Amino acid sequence: MLDTSLIDWSRAQFALTACYHWLFVPLTLGLAVIMGTMETLYVIKKDDFWKRAARFWMKLFGINFAIGVATGIILEFEFGTNWSNYSWFVGDIFGAPLAIEGILAFFMEATFIAVMFFGWNKVSKSFHLTSTWLTGIGATLSAWWILVANAWMQHPVGMAFNPVTVRNEMTDFSAVAFSAAPAMKFLHTVSSGWLTGCVFVIGVSCWFLLKRREQPMAKASIKVAAIIGLFSALFIMFTGDQSGLQMAKNQPMKLASAEGLMDGGKNMPFSVVPGIKIPGMLSVLATHDINGYVPGINDLINGYTDPITGEKHLSADQKMVKGRLALNAFRDFKKYEKTDQAKKDSAQLVLNKNMKYFGYGYIKDKHELMPKSKIVLVYWAFRFMVGIGVFLSLVMVLMLWFGRKDKLENNRWLLYTALYSIPLVWIAGQCGWILTEVGRQPWAIQDLLPLSAAVSGVESSSVVITFFLFLLLFTALLVAELTILLKAIRKGPEPIVESK
Amino acid sequence: MKVIHILTSVWRFYRDGFRNMTWGRTLWLVIMIKLFIIFVVLRLFFFHPALSGMSDKEKQNKVGENLIEKIK
Repeated sequence: MLDTSLIDWSRAQFALTACYHWLFVPLTLGLAVIMGTMETLYVIKKDDFWKRAARFWMKLFGINFAIGVATGIILEFEFGTNWSNYSWFVGDIFGAPLAIEGILAFFMEATFIAVMFFGWNKVSKSFHLTSTWLTGIGATLSAWWILVANAWMQHPVGMAFNPVTVRNEMTDFSAVAFSAAPAMKFLHTVSSGWLTGCVFVIGVSCWFLLKRREQPMAKASIKVAAIIGLFSALFIMFTGDQSGLQMAKNQPMKLASAEGLMDGGKNMPFSVVPGIKIPGMLSVLATHDINGYVPGINDLINGYTDPITGEKHLSADQKMVKGRLALNAFRDFKKYEKTDQAKKDSAQLVLNKNMKYFGYGYIKDKHELMPKSKIVLVYWAFRFMVGIGVFLSLVMVLMLWFGRKDKLENNRWLLYTALYSIPLVWIAGQCGWILTEVGRQPWAIQDLLPLSAAVSGVESSSVVITFFLFLLLFTALLVAELTILLKAIRKGPEPIVESK
Repeated sequence: MKVIHILTSVWRFYRDGFRNMTWGRTLWLVIMIKLFIIFVVLRLFFFHPALSGMSDKEKQNKVGENLIEKIK
């Protein structure tokens, strides 16, 4: 076990931590919208029924928030310990979003969450409602800055590499924070969180209906969650489509891997599952044109000319040559930094010219750019994510349909389906991250830094030990969360407290 | 006087809130244990940032060397 490489264990540890962290985050984002909506209904309708419902979902939000809070901090520990080259290399780009996240969003959450939980009957209804929404907005803003940092790793923009400090320095904050890639990543990820909250609320409400308890609250919760959930699903489709366009443009190898597309072309079909294809659909998804050209893995490796634009794209070998030029120039720059100004300037010129391919200099074999295990994993991750999304949308449509006719209780199969669908929404979310992160391998930062250069020179045995420590810690937290959550659900909503 | 009144109200708000917690007590216990494990056990004993204790100048030299060394 200890013979496995340092890179693989460091990756496994980061993946484990990120996957566990992402169990808590989407439910926080989703329940924030549900409880905010219900409290808004309470304030508008002046009906304590909605207050009771809002407080129940708020309690579940609080449990999830408490268990999940600070689990993301461990990712930052891992950056410093296992990925120190990477951390320094990206420092300024990551530093700004993460600092803003820490200061603005965390304090916003910390302040308003206290008012939300302690303030019932102590502050005005409107102030309490504002605090509830601001708690959710704070959590969402936290996600924004983290996703900005992640989007930059997928498509590094708005920076310049400084060979003196060996860091990327931000030159355009708006490009880093507000360009299409981070915006779409944020909207897609946050709306998937809303869907998670909605599926959870529907599933738990179905449990109440199956137990013939709290029927009015359960039915009202199903209605609210199904409406928000369907809106979220539509929004996820739109932002997913836009993310697909971004992927085709900025990470064509990830798209080709997700499709298992070896040879590209025009009017390319979309593979639903192996053996079933929709003609022209991949071209539509990748370019919004049924005759659009989509390069395959072989095209990207061997180089190609886009038959529509006439644009020539370098082969992997050509990029590796340019990458090696950049790395050698960087080495010369450091060598002559203090001794020979002319050679240093000359090296910087070559470096700047080839910086775009810096990471390719570390690639020893072009086949590292397309490992087969990656293709299988991202192909199926994408299909599970989309398939589950479609299935959950259908469940919500049925919920609204039978709910409108007040026949939910008569269709116990649907109640059971919704209840047992709760884990599916998490599986879909994890599949989304597998597509995003495994799909861009071998890059820590797309085209600039492969994992082999990003990793620290630590002992792999220490990474293995911390991997299993995390496994224990996070599993204990998950068990704690599930135990407390189930207890709270079984107890049900608290009696209504007299309003001020 | 007005500032003192506001501060006192905020203090009472939080004090009463914490006193009246029911589920919150269990959750705070979980949070405290978790933070202790993360910041004391893991941070002190298992995570030693590779560049800690270095000045920025030393860090840039170290990472520069690492990146050049990995070319081979």
